[in-house]
Amino acid sequence: MLGLNKNDRTLLVIVAVLALLAPFILNPFPTDSSLAQFNAGYPDLMQKFVIFGIFAIGFNILFGLTGYLSFGHAAFLGIGSYSAVWIYKLFTYNVIPAMMLSVVMAAIFALLIGYISLRRSGIYFSILTLAFAQMSFALAYSVLSNPKFNLTNGETGLQVYANDIQMFHRDGLPDFPHIFGLSMGSTSKLPLGAWEFQFNVGYYFCAILMILAFYFSIRLFRSPFGMMLRAVKSNQQRMNYTGLNSRPYTLAAFVISGMFAGLAGGLLAATDPLAGAERMQWTASGEVVLMTILGGAGTLIGPVLGAGFIKYFENIFSKINDQVLHQWVSFMPDGLEDFVVALIHPFIGKGWHLTLGILFMLVVIFLPGGLVEGGQRIGRLFGRKKRAEDTADAAAKTPAE
Amino acid sequence: MGILEVKGVGKRFGGLAALSEVNLSVEENTVHAIIGPNGAGKSTLLNCLVGKLIPDTGSVMFDGQSVLGRKPHEINQMGISRVFQTPEIFGDLTVLENIMIPCFAKRDGSFRMHAFEQFAHEKELIEKSMAILEDVNMADKADMHSASMSRGDKRRLEMAMCLVQEPRLLLLDEPTAGMARADTNNTIDLLKEINEKRDITMAIIEHDMHVVFSLAERITVLAQGTPLVEDTPDNIKGNPKVQEAYLGESQH
Repeated sequence: MLGLNKNDRTLLVIVAVLALLAPFILNPFPTDSSLAQFNAGYPDLMQKFVIFGIFAIGFNILFGLTGYLSFGHAAFLGIGSYSAVWIYKLFTYNVIPAMMLSVVMAAIFALLIGYISLRRSGIYFSILTLAFAQMSFALAYSVLSNPKFNLTNGETGLQVYANDIQMFHRDGLPDFPHIFGLSMGSTSKLPLGAWEFQFNVGYYFCAILMILAFYFSIRLFRSPFGMMLRAVKSNQQRMNYTGLNSRPYTLAAFVISGMFAGLAGGLLAATDPLAGAERMQWTASGEVVLMTILGGAGTLIGPVLGAGFIKYFENIFSKINDQVLHQWVSFMPDGLEDFVVALIHPFIGKGWHLTLGILFMLVVIFLPGGLVEGGQRIGRLFGRKKRAEDTADAAAKTPAE
Repeated sequence: MGILEVKGVGKRFGGLAALSEVNLSVEENTVHAIIGPNGAGKSTLLNCLVGKLIPDTGSVMFDGQSVLGRKPHEINQMGISRVFQTPEIFGDLTVLENIMIPCFAKRDGSFRMHAFEQFAHEKELIEKSMAILEDVNMADKADMHSASMSRGDKRRLEMAMCLVQEPRLLLLDEPTAGMARADTNNTIDLLKEINEKRDITMAIIEHDMHVVFSLAERITVLAQGTPLVEDTPDNIKGNPKVQEAYLGESQH
């Protein structure tokens, strides 16, 4: 079914179920409890989970399979956002054409940037992509924003104004990105006992696209094309002497991953109709690298996990402040309480980057395969007996040297 | 006229003339060895044949077409496969996948966007790959991670990767370098079998005289970048010029 083997199908079903039930799963704490701040089941954050999930899935097609580390993928994110907002300004708030233009524009830019950058490999490729992304940022931030020709609206960011043309916009339609009249911002709330679950149109739109993106990525990973991309990473010299031109393979991977980034950028503008230049900055490019490595580069589910993990930290961990901390350790004697709070203080609130950095280091050093490897190790710990049998089998298969 | 015709090839690296006036003709369905002392230009010559280096002068014709200026993948698509001095395989992939890649290259050309096709549907290619693996006695290792194999197995895998493409000319760069005697003899048998069964022309660069004299039908001796003599193995053995150039040092 769907052209997937049993394991992959299971993985896809798990991701689909998790994504569709996220409003429940991410909301485990009652609304009034002191732990409610750890709930991530609100639309704004859930949207970020899946959008950056798409971004990381695409990035992983390039980095995980071919090993080419792009440091400029945020450029495509920004291009996607600007394209979508321009569709809103000129034609309609309907997100379908906006997403299509986002993907197409990202593909065009990826083709240009990839064609030049892929002439080099390794660190030089990374630097070239970084240079292109920073140029895009500079263009968006200042060059393409002057009174005569204002494409990006500079520092303020591109947004829709009341006097914009919006050719196909009609009165009955929402003044917000929508899908055939259903506003991306509309949320229905379901109070259930002490809990309140929120179902947001924008989230489900993004989630369905994420599931599709995930499906596409599984198919690509398992296809002969995916094998060729792994061959690029493994031994490019052998590949060339086997009659294969590695350049178009890497370029195709670059463009596909750029299109994913463009879609993610478009979706950012679909859930919040604004495009700013900061979206293209190198920190944003670095973030997707972190997500992919943290989750597990080259694995299917890793990038999605990494994206969720980092976005959760960014939004939830950063909200813990000293006050909250005092509440938690209030059982301690006064002096000790202050001491503990002072100790933890640098790692929370605005210092969440510090915690993330330490976690990242720990993962890279002890779990080079990312969170996925961590999961596998835990799985193996529980299935030790089965593993012992497996190794016995393998030993029987391999003849002694 | 030979399948591979090298005429007047010269290559300089700065002040050093690595090759000058090299002429070489490899006849179809023969095993042609190129021998010579260290620094004689054997590897440089090979690199000129596969597109890694472009000679400064001369011509290299394969089956009536020039290979000069073509990229390695284009030259491979013309029918020239190459075995490296240290086995070059796709270490991150399984043995079967290693064989499948040249199969795809042979069938689909140097690039094809088969992103939505399924591996399992390529029954024909999988069968073809398994048959080759049977031939080199590696069928039981098909699902093995290829990086974890012994060097001898990697060498056999690399040869299988070349064979599955059914090349018209197989270039071998010291195929037995660093091998134990038993492995060397296995490799010789394998190469003999390939040459007889599959009618593949081979050009082989080799240090090991045992290998050269067991396999080659023609031998070219390179010395200081130029061919000294080209003849049959028996005549080479007795040629005083060869002994001087090749064995001279050891006789002092």
